Amino acid sequence: MSNLAVLPIIIPMLAGVLAIFFHKKIKAVRIYAQIMMLLNVAVVSWIGWYVLKNGTIVLETGDWQAPFGIVLVADPLAMILVITTNLIALACVFYAPSSLSAKQEEYYFYTLFFLLITGVSGAFLTGDLFNLFVFYEVLLMASYGLIVLGGEKVQLRESVKYVLLNLFSSMLFVTAVAFLYSVVGTVNMAQIAERIQEVPAEDQGIITTIAILLFFVFATKGAIFPLYYWMPKSYIVPNVVVSALFSALLTKVGIYSILRTFSIMFVQDTELTHQIFLWLAALTMIFGVIGALSTNNVKLIIVYNIIPAVGYMLLGIGLLSPSGLSGSVYYLVHDMIIKTALFLLIGALVYVTGTSDLKKMRGVIHQYPVLAWLFLLGTFVLAGIPPFSGFIGKLLILKGAAEEGEYVLVVIGLLVSLLILLSMVRIFVVGMWGEKQEIQQKRKIGKFLIPSAFLLFFSVFLGVGAEWIYPHIETIANSLLDPSIYIDSVLKE
Amino acid sequence: MEIITSVLGGILFATGIYNLLQKQLLRIIIGTALISHGAHLLILTMGRLKTGKPPILVDGVTQYTDPLPQALILTSIVISFGVTSLLLVLAYRASKLNNSDNMDELRGTENE
Repeated sequence: MSNLAVLPIIIPMLAGVLAIFFHKKIKAVRIYAQIMMLLNVAVVSWIGWYVLKNGTIVLETGDWQAPFGIVLVADPLAMILVITTNLIALACVFYAPSSLSAKQEEYYFYTLFFLLITGVSGAFLTGDLFNLFVFYEVLLMASYGLIVLGGEKVQLRESVKYVLLNLFSSMLFVTAVAFLYSVVGTVNMAQIAERIQEVPAEDQGIITTIAILLFFVFATKGAIFPLYYWMPKSYIVPNVVVSALFSALLTKVGIYSILRTFSIMFVQDTELTHQIFLWLAALTMIFGVIGALSTNNVKLIIVYNIIPAVGYMLLGIGLLSPSGLSGSVYYLVHDMIIKTALFLLIGALVYVTGTSDLKKMRGVIHQYPVLAWLFLLGTFVLAGIPPFSGFIGKLLILKGAAEEGEYVLVVIGLLVSLLILLSMVRIFVVGMWGEKQEIQQKRKIGKFLIPSAFLLFFSVFLGVGAEWIYPHIETIANSLLDPSIYIDSVLKE
Repeated sequence: MEIITSVLGGILFATGIYNLLQKQLLRIIIGTALISHGAHLLILTMGRLKTGKPPILVDGVTQYTDPLPQALILTSIVISFGVTSLLLVLAYRASKLNNSDNMDELRGTENE
């Protein structure tokens, strides 16, 4: 049954490649992509169920024994993220036809979309540090294609910077892997974790240096202060469905990598590394939310809201305690879903008003009540109003911070969450509430709303059904705190 | 030998970063290419440089060349080659449409 672990990577890859052959037949390729995505969600959910029931699946590719070949590790953490990724992708694939122009759909949107899913799933599943780099490149390559799709002036201008920055950090990634290889002599994550423990105390300094270099790479991809500067501008230029995918998946892969590497591998000097994380987390939250408050562009408000969310997750990782880590994992899943849902709703809002400038919108609620109320629900979920999912994630993280005696961080966390609410409610109050504007032609937006409502449903379920989900999250957090579980499952000692 | 290649890697990184900080797009791209060469050289060096030894590990053979860095470097070269060529095309299109290849003029503050 170990071959199951490769299916979440193979299915979207084949789907993407096959989509090339009839890319001009828009209707066919649309239905094909939707069917493949449904199939993928079904397969992935089944694998997830299997993993929760029977434990981690480890696939040694090409039958190369564990430390030598590339291993794929489908553990509960990886699977829960892969399932979330696929749910988001499902919503986006049904949303895409109404949002993209025919030309964008024709020119390989679906191929790039599937390759993005391949890369993201691969990055979650792999148990090999160099292979992680390769999957990063797969997803980045797809994202380069998606970000320029349409080829407008601004898009090209911003995507050059996006590509340059990612290329630079990828090269640093390779360098860090090379250094690590020369010190521990392996690229298998489980074996790295094992060997780092064996490195004598006086040589730990070099490991910490490499760890910080790797953190720099992941922080660039994950948009952590002060390395988030590239993100807001490049995320608003592509089509809204592409922005939704990016904001849900790309930064989260960076955070996932930090979560994985700094919980099972680099825990030799937590006094230094994890303490830095805590303060970076606080700064990330503060600066992100200031950005969100500073602009009147509705897309930009959502994009800036990615940054404080990343801060919360980093805070949980920095605490390295059961409640901190389970909070981070919970928040990761929650944030992936809600950011996509909000982005899809913003797409509908921009479609009906014809502008993304908040000052030019008024009284949308009169013509599109469902849109407005769904958006308000999304705002509450994001800001963490109980009983929704944001609340539970934040509660766990802040509880962890209080347990460790980091009260300043608790205060910052609460304050930032209030400001997030303020920045989002502003869209509702200014743009949707208020006087009815002169009657415009009413547009049908059902196709925009159904995928968003689908995701919001999961988001609400994640909060209301926390009692069913939380035990699994707790198991994941405990397995992250005890590296031997991961090492044993991969190396089978 | 390792010291020479490490220093060379460092020089490539330094020149790459110098070029990366320039304003002209083409120079920046050359900078990234130099950095990736530096990174590849470092991978090769980190596996220890040996000549005339078989790249295999069998019982009884103690002197062998590590084959893994070579597999890694190959993958990495292909990737950076692909990205660099994409970047060249992208930069060409971007500078054509924006009528400039100067990063100062490609800043753009307006919110689209």
